[in-house]
Amino acid sequence: MDRPAATLIAALLALLAASSLVWMFQGIGGGNRGFILQLRGTKLAGLVVVGAAVGIATVLFQTVAANRVLTPSIMGFDALYVLLQTALVATLGVAGFAALPGAAKFLAEVAVMSLLAAMLFGTLLGKGAKDIPRTILTGVILGVLFRSLSTFLARIMDPNAFAVVQSVSFASFGSIDAALLPAAGAIAGLCVAGAMWLAPRLDVLALGREVAVSLGLRFDRLVLVTLGLVGMLVAVSTALVGPVAFFGLLVAGLAHGLAPSARHAVLLPAAGLIGAVILVAGQTLFERLMGQTATLSVVVEFAGGLFFLFLLLRGRVR
Amino acid sequence: MIRINGLSHHIGAAPILHDIDLTLPRGKLVALIGPNGAGKSTLLRLVARLEPVQQGRIEIDGLDLSTTPTERLALAMAVMGQQTHIASRLRVAELVGFGRWPHHHGRPRPADRAAVRQALAAFDLEPLAHRFLDEVSGGQAQRAHLAMTFAQGTDWLLLDEPLNNLDMAHSRTLMARLADLVRGSGRSVVTVVHEVNYAAAWADHIVAMKDGRIVAEGPPETVLTEPVLSALYDTPIEVSRHDDRPLVLHHHWHDQLGSPFPKAADAPSHLLH
Ligand SMILES: Nc1ncnc2c1ncn2[C@@H]1O[C@H](COP(=O)(O)OP(=O)(O)O)[C@@H](O)[C@H]1O
Ligand SMILES: [Mg+2]
Repeated sequence: MDRPAATLIAALLALLAASSLVWMFQGIGGGNRGFILQLRGTKLAGLVVVGAAVGIATVLFQTVAANRVLTPSIMGFDALYVLLQTALVATLGVAGFAALPGAAKFLAEVAVMSLLAAMLFGTLLGKGAKDIPRTILTGVILGVLFRSLSTFLARIMDPNAFAVVQSVSFASFGSIDAALLPAAGAIAGLCVAGAMWLAPRLDVLALGREVAVSLGLRFDRLVLVTLGLVGMLVAVSTALVGPVAFFGLLVAGLAHGLAPSARHAVLLPAAGLIGAVILVAGQTLFERLMGQTATLSVVVEFAGGLFFLFLLLRGRVR
Repeated sequence: MIRINGLSHHIGAAPILHDIDLTLPRGKLVALIGPNGAGKSTLLRLVARLEPVQQGRIEIDGLDLSTTPTERLALAMAVMGQQTHIASRLRVAELVGFGRWPHHHGRPRPADRAAVRQALAAFDLEPLAHRFLDEVSGGQAQRAHLAMTFAQGTDWLLLDEPLNNLDMAHSRTLMARLADLVRGSGRSVVTVVHEVNYAAAWADHIVAMKDGRIVAEGPPETVLTEPVLSALYDTPIEVSRHDDRPLVLHHHWHDQLGSPFPKAADAPSHLLH
């Protein structure tokens, strides 16, 4: 890694460490320290995992799609995960759903997600998404389709089941599902390691199908593997906090803007760290200092949405 | 040697190439000519494994395209397609550096860096090496892509209309460089050429395509003749000679050839505006 890249990563690490310290120790009283620290630690880990997962998934996805406006969520990845959850509740019932062993169920869902993502979006993006407007439109339609299917399933369920589904259908950084955290963290860690291992190949993939194939890259296979990783990372973040639409766009945009080169060995860690810093610092700000007067998910989505409009208006559709 | 046997290709229901048998000689500068839509790019893309072969066989220096790992093929041939847009924001030197990827797969060695410097120098790109690709002109970006192909250091170079976007001086320099690669370093070049006079001046071997078939093949003397070219492009074409090579006069209407349009005097005057 060259100097400017190393500086960027070091600065982001320092920021993350600083905001984590504030998060952990701000206003900590005398009583029950151990309990509070444990609670805060769990939440911190959740925020870091989600931020890193969303950031890295978005950069990976944008590389495959050869486009800086698309994100997994715009293309309906998290809607697919919610549909998967809803379908499970619908077929098994609340009791059956709850009776499933948590970690095993989660692992199975992650596996199914990565397969579906690779199959569905692999066919859509395999040739490098030449027709960007059509690809965006297809993604939006898929997202709406997945969401309406979930809603339809929810309608025909009993109210209890509906409540279970509701809890996974909306983003909330405040209530992270702690039981899933070990499994989610492990999967996210493996995905990040895999993505870093693929980084040099992703640089070649980013040159486009023709150039990549003539350089001897197994393009189609790498597209599928990368989409599989994206599917798993989205499953992790959606399971922990629910679907987020524009957050990834914001993070990937910042990563591309700040990184001194387009190399994935720098872009990926930068995006992961930026995502984590925004969530940890943002949650500290909103939950502690502003006393819950605003919700981080709303603000982050609003900022991301503005950035999306900005990209569209600037005509930066590539 | 590139051997092509019984190669046919369809896009949807439309036949694009019809049962092509062709042998491209090693150590020659081969020019592929023909009218728009003849199938030149398609043929080149099939040889370059950018499209899957539907029917027929292609072999490059004894390596069967369908059974040789693509990593191995990247050491045998380098390809530059007709479209050269790149989505990621790269500097010229970084792009050229990717030409060495088949040799190091992500861990460049000193020899790779030397090859990149040599390619940058060969294409006059040193002053632009640190500029971003979207901050140089179309012709300069084209040269960067050529330099990447060149840096790959393969025995075969397949180029689709490399003179696109290049001005006169750079077009001639490029053709001279290709000829030098062939004569000096014993490499083999196959290039689609739009302007036949570059083929006339520099090629050793010319392949003429029309409607998905090979219609003529051989040294410039035998292919660049009035009857062959007139039939190939469906328009009367005059061929003269210059420096002991054919010179194709396709840009004007020679008086004796007649005008393609009705004479002004024959047309009703209100159509003349
Ligand atoms: N994607 C496509 N769909 C349908 N027809 C195509 C497509 N691409 C190329 N063709 C047709 O294939 C023929 C050969 O194209 P091409 O190989 O690009 O010709 P050339 O390079 O000689 O101008 C043309 O008639 C063209 O219209
Ligand atoms: Mg062509």
